[in-house]
Amino acid sequence: MARHRSAALVGNPNAGKSALFNALTGARQKIANYAGVTVERKSGRLVLPSGEPVELTDLPGSYGLDATSPDEEVTRKVILGLHPGEAAPDVLVVVLDASNLEQHLVFALEVIELGKPTVVALNMLDLAERDGLTIDPVALESELGVPVIPTVAVRRKGLAELTQAIAEAEARGPSLRSPHEFMAERRLTAHAIATSAILSETARHRLHARLDRVLLHPWLGPLILFALLFVVFQAVFAGATPFADALQGGVDWLGAQVRALMAPSLARDLITDGILSGVGSVVVFLPQILILFFFILALEASGYMARAAFLMDRMMAGVGLSGRSFIPLLSSFACAIPGIMATRGITDPRDRLTTILIAPMMTCSARLPVYAVIIAAFIPNRALAGGIGLQGLVLFVLYVSGILGAMVVAMVLRASLTKGAASGFIMELPKYQMPRLKDLAIGLYQRAWIFLRRAGTIIFTVAVVLWLLLNVPRAAPGESQVDASIAGHIANGLAVVVKPIGFNRDIALALIPAMAAREVAVSSLATTYAVDAKGDDATARALGSQLKAHWSLPTALAFLAWFVFAPQCFSTIAVTRRETNGWKWPGFMLLYLFALAYIFAGITYWSAVALGL
Amino acid sequence: MTLDQLPLGPSARIVAVDWSLLDGEEAQRLRALGIDEGAKVSVAHRGVFGGGDPLALTIGRMTVALRRSHARAMQVEEI
Repeated sequence: MARHRSAALVGNPNAGKSALFNALTGARQKIANYAGVTVERKSGRLVLPSGEPVELTDLPGSYGLDATSPDEEVTRKVILGLHPGEAAPDVLVVVLDASNLEQHLVFALEVIELGKPTVVALNMLDLAERDGLTIDPVALESELGVPVIPTVAVRRKGLAELTQAIAEAEARGPSLRSPHEFMAERRLTAHAIATSAILSETARHRLHARLDRVLLHPWLGPLILFALLFVVFQAVFAGATPFADALQGGVDWLGAQVRALMAPSLARDLITDGILSGVGSVVVFLPQILILFFFILALEASGYMARAAFLMDRMMAGVGLSGRSFIPLLSSFACAIPGIMATRGITDPRDRLTTILIAPMMTCSARLPVYAVIIAAFIPNRALAGGIGLQGLVLFVLYVSGILGAMVVAMVLRASLTKGAASGFIMELPKYQMPRLKDLAIGLYQRAWIFLRRAGTIIFTVAVVLWLLLNVPRAAPGESQVDASIAGHIANGLAVVVKPIGFNRDIALALIPAMAAREVAVSSLATTYAVDAKGDDATARALGSQLKAHWSLPTALAFLAWFVFAPQCFSTIAVTRRETNGWKWPGFMLLYLFALAYIFAGITYWSAVALGL
Repeated sequence: MTLDQLPLGPSARIVAVDWSLLDGEEAQRLRALGIDEGAKVSVAHRGVFGGGDPLALTIGRMTVALRRSHARAMQVEEI
């Protein structure tokens, strides 16, 4: 069998590595984590001119081999062959941004110094030319002593030449390691090489400067940011509805098919009520997640995301975080899962962990159905002064409570568990670029796949377990199934625990299946109160009047307060486990959020009782 | 004058950096971006709040955001 051959792309962040990687390997990429760390390992197949395949990996962007972040640490270890379970790549492809030559050469020199077979891809040559730079690749090649291939990844220019050069470099094998230079020396060398390779240059990128003058303008900048966010959220909530409805319809249709094909049995119920409705209730969030990720990826690829971080940094610094935490937290308003997945962009591990831990407190869209039913049933639809509706005000207070809670927890965590010097905020603001549809499509496909794999494994298991809890053992004739089930018994125990915060046994029972997804609480309450759940307005009204008959107002308010904090979503816990590489932090997250939910529901209940509501 | 006092626009050279004011990792990160003694920089943008925090520096053909606390550690001379 042929030896397993490999090459790796290395380079500064924003050198256009990912676009080059997509262009070289196409859509068939493998995404995993590097052993022991939550740094994404992206690999794909590159076919050499000889027809032989090479495994190409896209190493995390790095400014040098002195690692300061987990990402850079991975790059360093893989290049040097020190990463457990990773063979050192046979060929290193250093990707340079042609329009930022001097800065990018510093890392290139450090890599070339190692004496491994190295090829330089002089990328984004078109942007450099647009910028008024004329670069001589031949001069660069003779100065660096390794092949330099001009490429424009987004136009697929220079790809064949680059592949050929990779094959030749591999055949040539390693050369002698050059004497080690210090950073300051390398910087001087980089300056000298850049000066000799740049034939002519005109004034600096005017377009970028002009865009930045508007987008980073002291008050216009934040205004544009919030307008943009408004559009994104509008698209996420309004745009996803038809797709989510279609998915729900598909799940219902599948359930109907199973019901028609199988004789009534426990196994049939497990498939329809357990698996299909459990997994289905999470999968319906896929359209929202995809739309959200589409915007995140597009904003990232365009270079705007770094500007958003810049604009929000000061506010985030107030709670010990940085501008980089802004987008993950914002995404969490749609769903904490993409939010937590987006924390990979945060360089500092402590900042990242803090952001993951507070993300579930952002009011996600799964809470809305719960809020909507309770508010409609208990809060009178009355206008307050200034045309503000009381119902809307309550909803607003729920959102704000989550945000305030998250801020306080972030401050407490930063002073205790995730204590340490703040990483500050040091971030390159990349050049603006038109996002490429193909790169966006690849990114979206990868996100969708990760999400569906979650739904297919963990959420599937949870759905089955919850169904078993609710259906085993079977009820005797005349006895209700929920009362006879394990869940019913758990609810009896739980009822004692939640009685002090004003919850009755029906609520305790609804909280158990709601662990799959928060909005399931609505349908399980509907089941408990024997309302025919069809998910329409009539159901909501019928459920509302039932709730009013069984709950007091303080209980309803406490229930709302509970949902602001309670981590009632196994998918979030699962994604936290994945992103923190263990059960320690998701366990902590569960505990502290349940504690907060309990305390605040209790405070709400007893305050409301004391006020005579 | 320290870098955080540099007005928007004019170029300046970093003449001295008080590394003791910076966390080790931060210092390394800044140096990797070329923000070091001898570098020619200018302030391109400032944040809205907190007295213009953070700052966006132009260095070569790059724009780099950093906090005022970092800029305060750097002595600059206008050129």
